[in-house]
Amino acid sequence: MTSSTEQQPGAPARPLRILIAKPGLDGHDRGAKVIARALRDAGMEVIYTGLRQTPEMIAEAALQEDVDAVGLSILSGAHNVLLPRIVEALRERGMGDVPIFAGGIIPDEDAPALREAGVAGIFGPGSPIADIIAFIRAHTPARD
Amino acid sequence: MEHPLTRRELARLITRIENGERGAQDALNALYPHSGRARIIGVTGAPGSGKSTLVAEMTRVLREQANPPRVAIVAVDPSSPFSGGAILGDRIRMRDLYGDPGVFIRSMASRGALGGIAAATADVVTVLDAGGFEVILIETVGAGQLEVDVARIAQTVIVVEAPGAGDEVQAVKAGILEIADIIVVNKADREGVAQTVSALKMALDIAPAGAGHHGAQADNEPVQSDAYHWQAPILKVSALNREGIPDVLAALQHHAEMLAASGEGERRRRKRVEADIQARLRELLLQHALHALTNSDYQRVLAAADQRTLHPAEAARRLLQSLNL
Repeated sequence: MTSSTEQQPGAPARPLRILIAKPGLDGHDRGAKVIARALRDAGMEVIYTGLRQTPEMIAEAALQEDVDAVGLSILSGAHNVLLPRIVEALRERGMGDVPIFAGGIIPDEDAPALREAGVAGIFGPGSPIADIIAFIRAHTPARD
Repeated sequence: MEHPLTRRELARLITRIENGERGAQDALNALYPHSGRARIIGVTGAPGSGKSTLVAEMTRVLREQANPPRVAIVAVDPSSPFSGGAILGDRIRMRDLYGDPGVFIRSMASRGALGGIAAATADVVTVLDAGGFEVILIETVGAGQLEVDVARIAQTVIVVEAPGAGDEVQAVKAGILEIADIIVVNKADREGVAQTVSALKMALDIAPAGAGHHGAQADNEPVQSDAYHWQAPILKVSALNREGIPDVLAALQHHAEMLAASGEGERRRRKRVEADIQARLRELLLQHALHALTNSDYQRVLAAADQRTLHPAEAARRLLQSLNL
């Protein structure tokens, strides 16, 4: 009924799975929830893990949930410490190829070092959500 | 298994199964003979009744036992019917389990399935079972009255109620209460517990004792094994305050013993397999039909039904006829 390159009728495209986590000690997760909801509305499956996650908790959740990308919201100012540790914890688990993006309050001058450390996407306050969605789509090629 | 899967391999295999990717069925075929050993428990109930917290606490207590079982949790949340996306938030309540290598938590979106679990949940459970998890807890989407599919997978179903959530009329209604082997009244530290418990008791008294319910029923078969005598216990729990969890685990143990001793466990297992095969056969037949039909036949019948000159049932019958099965 359908051409062979098309998907079968009724079979939806594979949804991307994205982990959204809040590392560190700040207790404000409104931004993270706004992102989670926007990604859901873009057709993604968002695993939301809540507040005060350690780098190891985040990496372990990313592993068990087999996510396509990890998004981190940090408002505490501890991004220069926490983000590289999360990159490292993911690498230790063989997930170094999973793209990481971060938002919250990250000054522009911190961005180059964070990119160098392996945070592929950095979205400051006021970043359009469309940019984040575009980032995720661009960095998550279809897997085998 | 020849060699146990790493956690990473397990997680990736689950994704491939969820997506129906190439090779997933071959992997399932190979793993299936190694499954069938796990204790599979369904936890269902209304949104906000505290299912995630209960599951987390049950897991924590199980893991504190001597010779603790390895525990896997499959937590299902609904997919948006509009975008197909989902927010899977059950891990928020399970953070205390972090760091325990004997626990594996996987969130699943329902992906259009309406029965409280996802279409792939049964196969994901098979993988975890074959992967050596001795206890598998399936947390359904927040369920009301019709989302009873977890009874097709689980050996024992826990229905979670919260005070004030189910008045008498709600409790008497058919639905998830009928699949309950154990009823947990959670948030028992709150007001209204006594009323909720008595409403539930009354609902169970009205129902025939131990009404059987698991799996597909064939007309001429007994509803349940004669030796199966089980009245779902009503247990007061405060999962958040860590109260009452040992009672739940004891009830699970009793139910497992009753299932084994009465032969009911075996009967339910056969029924589950049969229902599973029938559901998959239905799906295969549909796929087969959609592939075999010519587009022009299909579109003509579709248009006729759309114009209301042909009833959809008659349309389906004609399509079936044209297949010459």
